Amino acid sequence: MSGWLVILASAVLIAGLLVAAGVFTWVERRLLGFLQERLGPNRVGPFGFLQWVADTVKLLTKEDAPPEGADVIAFRLAPALAALPILAGFGVVAFGDGLAIAPLDMGVVFATAMLALTVYALVLGAWASRNRYALLGGLRAAAQMIAYEAFLGLSLMGVVLIAGSFAMADIVAAQKGAWFILVQPLGAVLFFIASLAAAHRLPFDLQESETDLVAGFMTEYSGMSFALFFLGEYVAILLVSALAVTLFLGGWLGPWLPGPVWFGLKVGAVALLFIWVRAALPRPRYDQLIAFAWKLALPLALLNLLLTGWVVVA
Amino acid sequence: MTSAALWPGAIALLAALMVVTRDSIVHALMYLVAMLLALAAVFFALGAGFAGALQILIYAGAIVAVFVFVVMTVDSTPEALAREKARLRRGWRGPALLVALLLLPLFGGVGIAVGNADPVPVKAIGALLFGPWAIAVELASFLLLAALLTARHLARWEEKP
Repeated sequence: MSGWLVILASAVLIAGLLVAAGVFTWVERRLLGFLQERLGPNRVGPFGFLQWVADTVKLLTKEDAPPEGADVIAFRLAPALAALPILAGFGVVAFGDGLAIAPLDMGVVFATAMLALTVYALVLGAWASRNRYALLGGLRAAAQMIAYEAFLGLSLMGVVLIAGSFAMADIVAAQKGAWFILVQPLGAVLFFIASLAAAHRLPFDLQESETDLVAGFMTEYSGMSFALFFLGEYVAILLVSALAVTLFLGGWLGPWLPGPVWFGLKVGAVALLFIWVRAALPRPRYDQLIAFAWKLALPLALLNLLLTGWVVVA
Repeated sequence: MTSAALWPGAIALLAALMVVTRDSIVHALMYLVAMLLALAAVFFALGAGFAGALQILIYAGAIVAVFVFVVMTVDSTPEALAREKARLRRGWRGPALLVALLLLPLFGGVGIAVGNADPVPVKAIGALLFGPWAIAVELASFLLLAALLTARHLARWEEKP
């Protein structure tokens, strides 16, 4: 693709992602309501479907004031950094056969790098707020991101070894015989755990755990800045779901339906799994969270890579 | 093609200048991130996409995140800033002189011919790293192992008697 077409496709993709993130908040609240035996939002529109529109209007019109003593420029910059790298990361995702805005040959590395960059939104927002709860949340976010990013990258290297490429299209094409979740079950489980942490989702959302930190790094945020952090979180879920589908669930491959439809259905299914996990699991203690990443998950990911290497070379 | 690499290169230089002139250490770190991202853009523009992506993932994503973790707990009150300034009043001259010496051969080589931006395949990088450059890779792994052991030693838990 060239020039204007790339810009046009990017604009369409970003608009689609913003709407998808909005709809996703509604799906999450309805599903959480169902899982917790309550109703969830059901007043605005059919089945409460327009709740996310009403919420967006509310957040846009709310006052959004930095706290006294805050570093105002950094305070304003941080929410913008929450969603931007994720939206950039979507540029390399292959939605169908040959259907990617920027089909980089190191697409998987680029997408994980973009996920890693979201940590700056959290720590910068936390630091700029001049609030102790926020600062603690920011410290947690930084340490957690380093711990989980390490084995997120290693857990998908087995897939890269088998496919022999970092390009998303090649990885999907390599799954014509069998999905990589069957070939790389350990890698798939580790990747799913790491992606929960990368998207700052329960049970790995200790940087904003409201039971002990008010709202962590977001404590001082309100209005649209607050909404931007949430937007970042929801598009991050969509990105890690898209990555999981591409790496382990055969991407756009599937019978009867066209490729992009299969891709969308699979991403939706993985995203629903994220909501289910949120409803089912409690948060671990922070030291348990970090110890799990460094002492169990990282060695397991290395072992998986070692075994895969043996099998591929042999 | 060269202009595509020069533009982010200029941004990298500007950001690097901002890093060393900021009073607030967190601001300096944020400019450092901007500098690293601009360098990654230079890599992309020169066709070294894999190096660029790794630059973002490793430097911007991991290493500076560790810096930020430490720096966020640093005392940044005006008194602490004044203390720092007094301490570093003359200290910058030596390092600045050394960097200026570094610039000499660079200026001598202005007009470096930039080749075509052929994308470098990932496999070629791997073959280079574990072929002709294998000893350098192994030496780097020695260094990392030493750093790991040192960190383990510093962070060890001692029972108080």
